[in-house]
Amino acid sequence: MAWMSWTLPTALFFIGIAAILVSMTVWQILSPCVERRGFLPLATTRGDRLFIGLLSSAFIHLAFVALTNVSIAIATVLCAVWMIILMRWG
Amino acid sequence: MQTKVENNKAWFLVLPVFLIVAFSAIIPLMTVVNYSVQDIFDPSTRYFVGTEWFQQVMLDSRLHDALLRQFIYSFTVLAIEIPLGICVALMMPTKGKGASLALILVAIPLLIPWNVVGTIWQIFGRADIGLFGAFMSYIGVDYNYASNPTDAWLTVVLMDVWHWTPLVALLCYSGLRAIPEVYYQAARIDRASRWAVFRYIQLPKLTNVLIIGVLLRFMDSFMIYTEPFVLTGGGPGSSTTFLSQALVQQAIGQFDLGPAAAFSLVYFLIILLVCWVFYTTIMNMQKDK
Repeated sequence: MAWMSWTLPTALFFIGIAAILVSMTVWQILSPCVERRGFLPLATTRGDRLFIGLLSSAFIHLAFVALTNVSIAIATVLCAVWMIILMRWG
Repeated sequence: MQTKVENNKAWFLVLPVFLIVAFSAIIPLMTVVNYSVQDIFDPSTRYFVGTEWFQQVMLDSRLHDALLRQFIYSFTVLAIEIPLGICVALMMPTKGKGASLALILVAIPLLIPWNVVGTIWQIFGRADIGLFGAFMSYIGVDYNYASNPTDAWLTVVLMDVWHWTPLVALLCYSGLRAIPEVYYQAARIDRASRWAVFRYIQLPKLTNVLIIGVLLRFMDSFMIYTEPFVLTGGGPGSSTTFLSQALVQQAIGQFDLGPAAAFSLVYFLIILLVCWVFYTTIMNMQKDK
C-alpha cells in the first residue's frame, strides 16, 4: 500500500466515507426509505440526499480554499451542518 | 401455491465487477487524492502540504481559460451532434439492403481510433494536400488551422461532429426501430403531420436513448484529448488547449504530480456535477410527463 502514498488526513477521509456508506446501507436494510420531497426542488431518496450533500460539500470546500484564507476546518463544520439539514429536511 | 425464492446469490455474481471497478477506478482515485495533498519528489521523499495545490489550481488563470474552452467546446458539439444525429437516424432506410449499407457507412467513423482521426483531419485540412483545405482555398477562404484560432476551432469541432454524430445516429436509429407500428397507424388515422409524428411519437420515445447519447457525448467531449492533441497540439497558442491537455502538460510535461492530482479532482467533480444535473433534469422531465 506504500505506493499509494497514504497520509493520515486522507486515510481518515476515506474511512469516514466508507463508514457513511456502510451505515447508510445498514440504515436502508433496517428501515427502507421512500422517495419524498423536502426543500430541494426534486423528490429524493436518502441516498440521493447523501450524494447531493457530499458533492455540494466538496464544492463548498473548494470555494473556501479558492476564495478565502480561513481554516478548512470551518468549511468542514459548515458542511457537516449542511449535511444534517439536507438529510433531515432536503 | 408457488412461493418466490429469494436469496442473495446475485451479489456474488456482480462481485467481479466490483473488483474490476475497485482496481481500475477506486484505488487509482484514492491514490490521486493522496497525491493532491502532498509535494512528491520521489516515492520516499514526500511532504504533506494540505490544500496548497487546490488553492494554486483554483486560482490558475490558464486552467480557468481551459475550463471555459472546454465548456464551450462540449456544448457546441452537443448542440450540433444531437439534432444532426436525430436527423440522420430519421433519414436512414429502415428495410432491405439499403438499411444494412446505411448502418455500415454510418458506423465507419466510430471504428477509427482517436489518433488516426486526428491524423486524417490534419491531412484533410491542409491547403496543399488536403481536400478540405484545398477546397477552402479554391473558394477563396483564407483557411489555416495551424495559425488561425477560429480555423483551428472550426476544424476540431467538425472533426468531433464527423467522428461522433454516428454514435448519436445509431442510438436514435435503434430507438426509432423499437417504436411499435401501432403508434404510426394511430397517427395515420388521425392524419397527423410528419412534424406531429416526430414531436408526439418519435421524440418522446427517443428520450431514453437521447439521455444515454447526451451523457456519453458530454463525458467524452469533456475529456477529449487525443484528437486535438494530434490535430493542433492545443494551438495556435493555447486556443484549442482543453482541460485534459492542460492536465497532461502539468502531470507529464512538468511532472507536477501534486498540482496535477488536485486539478484532476476538480476536473472529476465538475464532470460528476454536470452529469448529475443532466441526468436528474432529464429523468425529472420524464416523471413530469
